[in-house]
Amino acid sequence: MGSLKPATTAAHDAGFLATRADALINWGRKNSLWPMPLGLSCCGIELMAMIGPKFDIARFGAEAARFSPRQCDLLIVAGTLTWKMAHACRTIFDQMPDPKWVIAMGVCSSTGGMYDSYAVVQGVDMILPVDVYVPGCPPRPDAVIDAILKLQKKIERESPLKVLFQGRGELDEGGTREFDMPPNQAVATHRIGTFEPVAGEGGEERT
Amino acid sequence: MTAIDRITAAMAEGTFEVIEPRDGMPCVAVAADGLRALMECLRNDCGFETNTFVTAIDRSAGALAIEPCYEVTYQFLSHAHGDRIRVRVRVPLTDPKVPTITDLWPGTSFCERECYDMFGIVFEGHPDLRRLLMPEGYDHHPLRKDFPHRGIEPDRLYREWERGRAATR
Ligand code: SF4
Repeated sequence: MGSLKPATTAAHDAGFLATRADALINWGRKNSLWPMPLGLSCCGIELMAMIGPKFDIARFGAEAARFSPRQCDLLIVAGTLTWKMAHACRTIFDQMPDPKWVIAMGVCSSTGGMYDSYAVVQGVDMILPVDVYVPGCPPRPDAVIDAILKLQKKIERESPLKVLFQGRGELDEGGTREFDMPPNQAVATHRIGTFEPVAGEGGEERT
Repeated sequence: MTAIDRITAAMAEGTFEVIEPRDGMPCVAVAADGLRALMECLRNDCGFETNTFVTAIDRSAGALAIEPCYEVTYQFLSHAHGDRIRVRVRVPLTDPKVPTITDLWPGTSFCERECYDMFGIVFEGHPDLRRLLMPEGYDHHPLRKDFPHRGIEPDRLYREWERGRAATR
Protein backbone atom coordinates (compact mmCIF):
# COMPACT_ATOMS: atom_id res chain seq x y z
CA MET A 1 0.00 0.00 0.00
CA GLY A 2 3.04 2.22 -0.29
CA SER A 3 2.83 5.40 1.73
CA LEU A 4 -0.25 4.48 3.70
CA LYS A 5 1.42 3.20 6.86
CA PRO A 6 -0.17 3.05 10.29
CA ALA A 7 1.39 5.71 12.54
CA THR A 8 1.57 3.90 15.83
CA THR A 9 0.63 0.45 16.90
CA ALA A 10 -1.55 1.84 19.68
CA ALA A 11 -3.70 3.89 17.28
CA HIS A 12 -3.71 1.00 14.87
CA ASP A 13 -5.05 -1.35 17.49
CA ALA A 14 -7.85 1.09 18.27
CA GLY A 15 -8.89 1.11 14.59
CA PHE A 16 -7.38 4.51 13.70
CA LEU A 17 -5.08 5.29 10.86
CA ALA A 18 -2.89 8.38 10.86
CA THR A 19 -1.52 9.43 7.51
CA ARG A 20 -1.04 12.44 5.28
CA ALA A 21 -4.15 13.65 3.46
CA ASP A 22 -2.15 13.69 0.22
CA ALA A 23 -1.25 10.06 0.61
CA LEU A 24 -4.83 9.06 1.32
CA ILE A 25 -6.27 11.04 -1.60
CA ASN A 26 -3.62 9.79 -3.99
CA TRP A 27 -4.18 6.24 -2.81
CA GLY A 28 -7.87 6.58 -3.58
CA ARG A 29 -7.29 8.21 -6.95
CA LYS A 30 -4.68 5.84 -8.25
CA ASN A 31 -6.60 2.70 -7.36
CA SER A 32 -9.86 3.72 -8.95
CA LEU A 33 -8.97 5.12 -12.34
CA TRP A 34 -11.95 5.23 -14.66
CA PRO A 35 -10.66 4.96 -18.22
CA MET A 36 -12.29 6.74 -21.13
CA PRO A 37 -11.47 4.38 -24.01
CA LEU A 38 -10.93 6.49 -27.11
CA GLY A 39 -10.38 3.62 -29.55
CA LEU A 40 -9.60 5.35 -32.84
CA SER A 41 -8.27 2.42 -34.86
CA CYS A 42 -6.44 -0.90 -34.53
CA CYS A 43 -5.06 -0.18 -31.04
CA GLY A 44 -8.63 -0.06 -29.81
CA ILE A 45 -8.84 -3.85 -30.21
CA GLU A 46 -5.95 -4.38 -27.81
CA LEU A 47 -7.55 -1.93 -25.45
CA MET A 48 -10.70 -4.05 -25.43
CA ALA A 49 -8.60 -7.13 -24.74
CA MET A 50 -7.01 -5.31 -21.83
CA ILE A 51 -10.39 -4.53 -20.28
CA GLY A 52 -11.66 -8.07 -20.92
CA PRO A 53 -11.31 -11.01 -18.54
CA LYS A 54 -8.07 -12.44 -19.90
CA PHE A 55 -5.90 -9.47 -18.99
CA ASP A 56 -8.34 -8.05 -16.48
CA ILE A 57 -7.34 -4.56 -15.40
CA ALA A 58 -9.86 -4.94 -12.57
CA ARG A 59 -6.82 -6.24 -10.70
CA PHE A 60 -5.49 -2.67 -10.80
CA GLY A 61 -8.75 -0.90 -10.16
CA ALA A 62 -9.17 0.55 -13.64
CA GLU A 63 -11.80 -1.72 -15.17
CA ALA A 64 -14.76 0.67 -15.04
CA ALA A 65 -14.49 1.98 -18.60
CA ARG A 66 -17.17 4.51 -19.32
CA PHE A 67 -18.15 5.96 -22.64
CA SER A 68 -19.03 9.31 -21.17
CA PRO A 69 -16.10 11.63 -20.54
CA ARG A 70 -18.02 13.16 -17.63
CA GLN A 71 -17.50 9.98 -15.63
CA CYS A 72 -13.86 9.34 -16.45
CA ASP A 73 -10.50 10.49 -15.25
CA LEU A 74 -8.13 8.57 -17.52
CA LEU A 75 -8.19 9.24 -21.25
CA ILE A 76 -6.59 6.40 -23.20
CA VAL A 77 -6.01 7.55 -26.77
CA ALA A 78 -5.76 4.25 -28.60
CA GLY A 79 -5.15 4.70 -32.28
CA THR A 80 -4.43 7.08 -35.10
CA LEU A 81 -5.61 10.59 -34.39
CA THR A 82 -6.43 12.49 -37.56
CA TRP A 83 -6.75 16.23 -37.72
CA LYS A 84 -10.41 15.73 -38.49
CA MET A 85 -10.82 13.97 -35.14
CA ALA A 86 -8.44 16.20 -33.18
CA HIS A 87 -11.06 18.74 -32.21
CA ALA A 88 -13.38 16.01 -30.90
CA CYS A 89 -10.54 14.39 -28.98
CA ARG A 90 -9.57 17.61 -27.26
CA THR A 91 -13.23 18.33 -26.48
CA ILE A 92 -13.55 14.92 -24.82
CA PHE A 93 -10.50 15.74 -22.73
CA ASP A 94 -11.95 19.11 -21.77
CA GLN A 95 -15.21 17.48 -20.72
CA MET A 96 -13.51 15.16 -18.28
CA PRO A 97 -13.59 16.43 -14.69
CA ASP A 98 -10.36 17.16 -12.86
CA PRO A 99 -8.16 15.42 -11.89
CA LYS A 100 -7.48 13.68 -15.18
CA TRP A 101 -4.64 11.88 -16.88
CA VAL A 102 -3.82 10.82 -20.43
CA ILE A 103 -2.17 7.68 -21.79
CA ALA A 104 -1.02 7.76 -25.42
CA MET A 105 -1.33 4.14 -26.49
CA GLY A 106 0.66 2.97 -29.51
CA VAL A 107 3.12 4.74 -31.76
CA CYS A 108 0.35 6.41 -33.72
CA SER A 109 -0.93 8.41 -30.82
CA SER A 110 2.58 8.87 -29.39
CA THR A 111 4.28 10.21 -32.51
CA GLY A 112 2.04 9.77 -35.55
CA GLY A 113 3.75 6.42 -36.14
CA MET A 114 4.05 5.32 -39.72
CA TYR A 115 1.49 7.90 -40.83
CA ASP A 116 3.88 10.72 -41.54
CA SER A 117 1.16 12.51 -43.41
CA TYR A 118 -0.79 15.72 -43.74
CA ALA A 119 -3.91 14.10 -42.33
CA VAL A 120 -2.56 12.67 -39.07
CA VAL A 121 -1.70 14.48 -35.85
CA GLN A 122 1.99 13.78 -35.28
CA GLY A 123 1.57 12.73 -31.68
CA VAL A 124 -1.41 13.54 -29.47
CA ASP A 125 0.91 15.61 -27.28
CA MET A 126 0.38 18.29 -29.90
CA ILE A 127 -3.10 18.78 -28.50
CA LEU A 128 -3.18 17.01 -25.11
CA PRO A 129 -0.91 16.82 -22.07
CA VAL A 130 0.21 13.18 -22.11
CA ASP A 131 1.29 11.45 -18.89
CA VAL A 132 2.45 8.07 -20.17
CA TYR A 133 3.43 6.97 -23.68
CA VAL A 134 3.14 3.31 -24.64
CA PRO A 135 5.30 2.18 -27.58
CA GLY A 136 4.26 -0.64 -29.86
CA CYS A 137 2.14 -1.16 -32.94
CA PRO A 138 -0.09 -2.17 -31.32
CA PRO A 139 1.21 -2.47 -27.76
CA ARG A 140 0.23 -5.70 -26.07
CA PRO A 141 -2.41 -5.33 -23.36
CA ASP A 142 0.24 -6.05 -20.73
CA ALA A 143 2.21 -3.03 -21.96
CA VAL A 144 -0.81 -0.84 -21.39
CA ILE A 145 -1.30 -2.37 -17.95
CA ASP A 146 2.32 -1.48 -17.27
CA ALA A 147 1.51 2.08 -18.34
CA ILE A 148 -1.35 2.17 -15.85
CA LEU A 149 1.02 0.99 -13.11
CA LYS A 150 3.49 3.71 -14.09
CA LEU A 151 0.70 6.24 -14.03
CA GLN A 152 -0.24 5.05 -10.54
CA LYS A 153 3.34 5.71 -9.43
CA LYS A 154 3.09 9.16 -10.93
CA ILE A 155 -0.22 9.88 -9.20
CA GLU A 156 1.39 8.84 -5.93
CA ARG A 157 3.83 11.75 -6.26
CA GLU A 158 1.19 14.42 -6.79
CA SER A 159 0.10 16.87 -4.08
CA PRO A 160 -3.67 17.31 -4.27
CA LEU A 161 -3.79 19.52 -1.17
CA LYS A 162 -1.22 21.89 -2.59
CA VAL A 163 -3.40 22.20 -5.68
CA LEU A 164 -6.40 22.82 -3.47
CA PHE A 165 -4.77 25.61 -1.45
CA GLN A 166 -2.38 27.16 -3.92
CA GLY A 167 -4.24 26.64 -7.17
CA ARG A 168 -3.06 24.89 -10.27
CA GLY A 169 0.27 25.40 -11.89
CA GLU A 170 2.33 24.60 -8.82
CA LEU A 171 2.39 20.86 -8.72
CA ASP A 172 5.41 19.16 -7.24
CA GLU A 173 8.48 18.34 -9.29
CA GLY A 174 7.83 15.49 -11.64
CA GLY A 175 4.10 15.97 -11.34
CA THR A 176 3.77 19.17 -13.36
CA ARG A 177 1.22 18.88 -16.10
CA GLU A 178 0.64 21.30 -18.91
CA PHE A 179 -3.10 21.47 -18.62
CA ASP A 180 -2.60 23.26 -15.34
CA MET A 181 -1.70 26.27 -17.44
CA PRO A 182 -4.32 28.73 -18.58
CA PRO A 183 -6.35 27.53 -21.55
CA ASN A 184 -4.65 27.70 -24.94
CA GLN A 185 -1.13 27.66 -23.58
CA ALA A 186 -0.92 23.90 -23.41
CA VAL A 187 -1.15 23.79 -27.16
CA ALA A 188 0.88 26.90 -27.71
CA THR A 189 3.90 25.67 -25.81
CA HIS A 190 3.70 22.25 -27.28
CA ARG A 191 3.81 22.92 -30.90
CA ILE A 192 3.18 26.37 -32.07
CA GLY A 193 5.76 28.21 -30.02
CA THR A 194 4.01 31.49 -29.44
CA PHE A 195 0.34 32.10 -29.49
CA GLU A 196 0.53 35.09 -31.80
CA PRO A 197 -1.48 34.58 -34.96
CA VAL A 198 0.71 33.71 -37.89
CA ALA A 199 0.66 36.32 -40.62
CA GLY A 200 -1.54 35.34 -43.53
CA GLU A 201 -3.84 32.39 -43.70
CA GLY A 202 -1.43 29.51 -43.99
CA GLY A 203 0.08 27.37 -41.28
CA GLU A 204 3.68 26.41 -40.83
CA GLU A 205 5.21 24.02 -43.27
CA ARG A 206 6.64 20.96 -41.63
CA THR A 207 10.31 20.31 -42.18
CA MET B 1 -22.31 -1.14 -79.97
CA THR B 2 -19.37 0.26 -78.08
CA ALA B 3 -19.61 3.06 -75.59
CA ILE B 4 -18.01 5.50 -78.00
CA ASP B 5 -20.51 4.55 -80.71
CA ARG B 6 -23.43 5.21 -78.39
CA ILE B 7 -22.08 8.63 -77.44
CA THR B 8 -21.36 9.56 -81.05
CA ALA B 9 -24.92 8.60 -81.99
CA ALA B 10 -26.45 10.69 -79.22
CA MET B 11 -24.22 13.76 -79.07
CA ALA B 12 -23.69 16.55 -81.60
CA GLU B 13 -20.47 16.47 -83.57
CA GLY B 14 -17.62 18.51 -82.13
CA THR B 15 -18.91 18.76 -78.56
CA PHE B 16 -16.44 16.17 -77.35
CA GLU B 17 -13.22 14.56 -78.41
CA VAL B 18 -12.43 10.86 -78.37
CA ILE B 19 -8.98 10.08 -77.02
CA GLU B 20 -6.95 6.90 -76.78
CA PRO B 21 -5.51 6.48 -73.33
CA ARG B 22 -2.64 4.09 -72.72
CA ASP B 23 -4.69 1.63 -70.71
CA GLY B 24 -7.18 1.07 -73.53
CA MET B 25 -10.32 2.21 -71.74
CA PRO B 26 -12.63 4.28 -73.97
CA CYS B 27 -12.22 7.91 -73.02
CA VAL B 28 -13.72 11.21 -74.07
CA ALA B 29 -12.50 14.71 -73.32
CA VAL B 30 -14.85 17.69 -73.03
CA ALA B 31 -14.60 21.34 -72.10
CA ALA B 32 -16.05 22.38 -68.76
CA ASP B 33 -19.00 24.16 -70.37
CA GLY B 34 -19.91 21.09 -72.43
CA LEU B 35 -19.72 18.73 -69.47
CA ARG B 36 -23.34 18.89 -68.35
CA ALA B 37 -24.70 18.03 -71.81
CA LEU B 38 -22.37 15.06 -72.10
CA MET B 39 -23.22 13.83 -68.60
CA GLU B 40 -26.96 14.02 -69.22
CA CYS B 41 -26.43 12.10 -72.44
CA LEU B 42 -24.41 9.42 -70.62
CA ARG B 43 -27.07 9.07 -67.95
CA ASN B 44 -30.20 9.19 -70.08
CA ASP B 45 -29.24 7.95 -73.54
CA CYS B 46 -26.12 5.82 -73.20
CA GLY B 47 -27.11 3.62 -70.26
CA PHE B 48 -24.37 4.45 -67.79
CA GLU B 49 -26.24 3.85 -64.54
CA THR B 50 -23.23 3.91 -62.23
CA ASN B 51 -20.58 6.48 -61.54
CA THR B 52 -17.52 4.60 -60.35
CA PHE B 53 -15.49 7.55 -59.18
CA VAL B 54 -14.67 11.20 -59.57
CA THR B 55 -11.13 12.34 -59.05
CA ALA B 56 -8.64 14.82 -60.41
CA ILE B 57 -5.04 14.87 -61.50
CA ASP B 58 -2.77 17.84 -61.06
CA ARG B 59 -0.99 17.99 -64.41
CA SER B 60 1.09 21.04 -63.65
CA ALA B 61 4.09 19.14 -62.27
CA GLY B 62 5.45 15.67 -61.71
CA ALA B 63 5.52 12.63 -63.99
CA LEU B 64 2.14 13.42 -65.57
CA ALA B 65 2.90 17.07 -66.28
CA ILE B 66 1.60 18.44 -69.55
CA GLU B 67 0.24 21.92 -68.94
CA PRO B 68 -0.80 23.85 -65.83
CA CYS B 69 -4.29 22.47 -65.21
CA TYR B 70 -6.29 20.04 -63.15
CA GLU B 71 -7.76 17.16 -65.04
CA VAL B 72 -11.06 16.15 -63.46
CA THR B 73 -11.67 12.52 -64.32
CA TYR B 74 -14.95 10.63 -64.16
CA GLN B 75 -15.47 6.96 -64.76
CA PHE B 76 -18.81 5.30 -65.46
CA LEU B 77 -20.06 1.75 -65.67
CA SER B 78 -22.98 0.47 -67.71
CA HIS B 79 -24.49 -2.72 -66.34
CA ALA B 80 -26.85 -3.00 -69.32
CA HIS B 81 -24.06 -2.89 -71.91
CA GLY B 82 -21.28 -4.27 -69.78
CA ASP B 83 -18.77 -1.54 -70.55
CA ARG B 84 -17.13 1.47 -69.01
CA ILE B 85 -16.18 4.96 -70.09
CA ARG B 86 -13.88 7.62 -68.80
CA VAL B 87 -14.58 11.33 -69.13
CA ARG B 88 -11.92 13.93 -68.73
CA VAL B 89 -12.24 17.68 -68.38
CA ARG B 90 -9.39 20.13 -67.90
CA VAL B 91 -9.83 23.16 -65.66
CA PRO B 92 -7.40 26.00 -64.92
CA LEU B 93 -5.25 26.07 -61.77
CA THR B 94 -6.78 29.27 -60.53
CA ASP B 95 -10.47 29.10 -59.68
CA PRO B 96 -11.10 25.54 -60.91
CA LYS B 97 -14.79 24.89 -61.40
CA VAL B 98 -16.96 22.23 -62.99
CA PRO B 99 -20.73 21.66 -62.80
CA THR B 100 -21.85 19.00 -60.37
CA ILE B 101 -23.32 15.67 -61.50
CA THR B 102 -24.72 14.73 -58.10
CA ASP B 103 -28.28 15.30 -59.31
CA LEU B 104 -27.75 12.69 -62.04
CA TRP B 105 -25.85 10.11 -59.95
CA PRO B 106 -26.62 10.82 -56.27
CA GLY B 107 -23.82 8.54 -55.09
CA THR B 108 -21.32 10.94 -56.63
CA SER B 109 -21.83 13.37 -53.79
CA PHE B 110 -19.04 12.06 -51.59
CA CYS B 111 -16.64 11.64 -54.53
CA GLU B 112 -17.11 15.27 -55.41
CA ARG B 113 -16.65 16.33 -51.82
CA GLU B 114 -13.42 14.37 -51.62
CA CYS B 115 -12.21 15.87 -54.88
CA TYR B 116 -13.03 19.32 -53.58
CA ASP B 117 -11.20 18.55 -50.34
CA MET B 118 -8.07 17.19 -51.99
CA PHE B 119 -7.81 19.45 -55.05
CA GLY B 120 -9.98 22.46 -54.33
CA ILE B 121 -12.13 21.89 -57.38
CA VAL B 122 -15.50 23.55 -56.89
CA PHE B 123 -18.46 21.49 -58.07
CA GLU B 124 -21.02 24.15 -58.83
CA GLY B 125 -24.53 23.24 -57.78
CA HIS B 126 -23.46 20.52 -55.35
CA PRO B 127 -26.01 20.41 -52.53
CA ASP B 128 -23.48 20.11 -49.70
CA LEU B 129 -19.94 20.87 -50.81
CA ARG B 130 -17.99 20.52 -47.56
CA ARG B 131 -14.63 18.96 -46.91
CA LEU B 132 -14.72 15.22 -46.44
CA LEU B 133 -11.38 14.07 -45.02
CA MET B 134 -9.65 17.18 -43.76
CA PRO B 135 -11.16 19.28 -40.98
CA GLU B 136 -13.61 21.99 -41.91
CA GLY B 137 -11.73 25.27 -42.25
CA TYR B 138 -8.35 23.81 -43.30
CA ASP B 139 -6.63 26.20 -45.67
CA HIS B 140 -4.95 23.85 -48.09
CA HIS B 141 -5.73 21.13 -50.60
CA PRO B 142 -3.32 18.29 -49.93
CA LEU B 143 -3.14 16.50 -53.27
CA ARG B 144 -2.14 19.57 -55.23
CA LYS B 145 1.41 19.43 -56.49
CA ASP B 146 2.37 22.66 -54.73
CA PHE B 147 1.39 21.19 -51.35
CA PRO B 148 4.49 20.09 -49.41
CA HIS B 149 5.08 16.38 -49.19
CA ARG B 150 4.79 16.02 -45.42
CA GLY B 151 1.87 18.32 -44.96
CA ILE B 152 1.05 21.65 -43.36
CA GLU B 153 -0.18 21.75 -39.81
CA PRO B 154 -3.53 23.46 -39.35
CA ASP B 155 -2.17 26.04 -36.92
CA ARG B 156 -4.71 28.72 -37.65
CA LEU B 157 -7.55 26.23 -37.38
CA TYR B 158 -6.16 24.99 -34.11
CA ARG B 159 -6.17 28.49 -32.71
CA GLU B 160 -9.77 28.88 -33.75
CA TRP B 161 -10.74 25.67 -31.97
CA GLU B 162 -8.94 26.80 -28.87
CA ARG B 163 -10.68 30.14 -28.92
CA GLY B 164 -14.03 28.38 -29.33
CA ARG B 165 -13.31 26.09 -26.41
CA ALA B 166 -12.07 28.94 -24.23
CA ALA B 167 -15.27 30.85 -24.94
CA THR B 168 -17.44 27.98 -23.70
CA ARG B 169 -15.37 27.32 -20.60
S1 SF4 C 1 0.07 2.07 -33.35
FE1 SF4 C 1 -0.23 0.45 -34.88
S2 SF4 C 1 -1.91 -0.77 -34.06
FE2 SF4 C 1 -1.94 1.20 -32.98
S3 SF4 C 1 -3.35 2.50 -34.15
FE3 SF4 C 1 -1.31 2.86 -34.93
S4 SF4 C 1 -1.13 1.46 -36.67
FE4 SF4 C 1 -2.84 0.74 -35.42
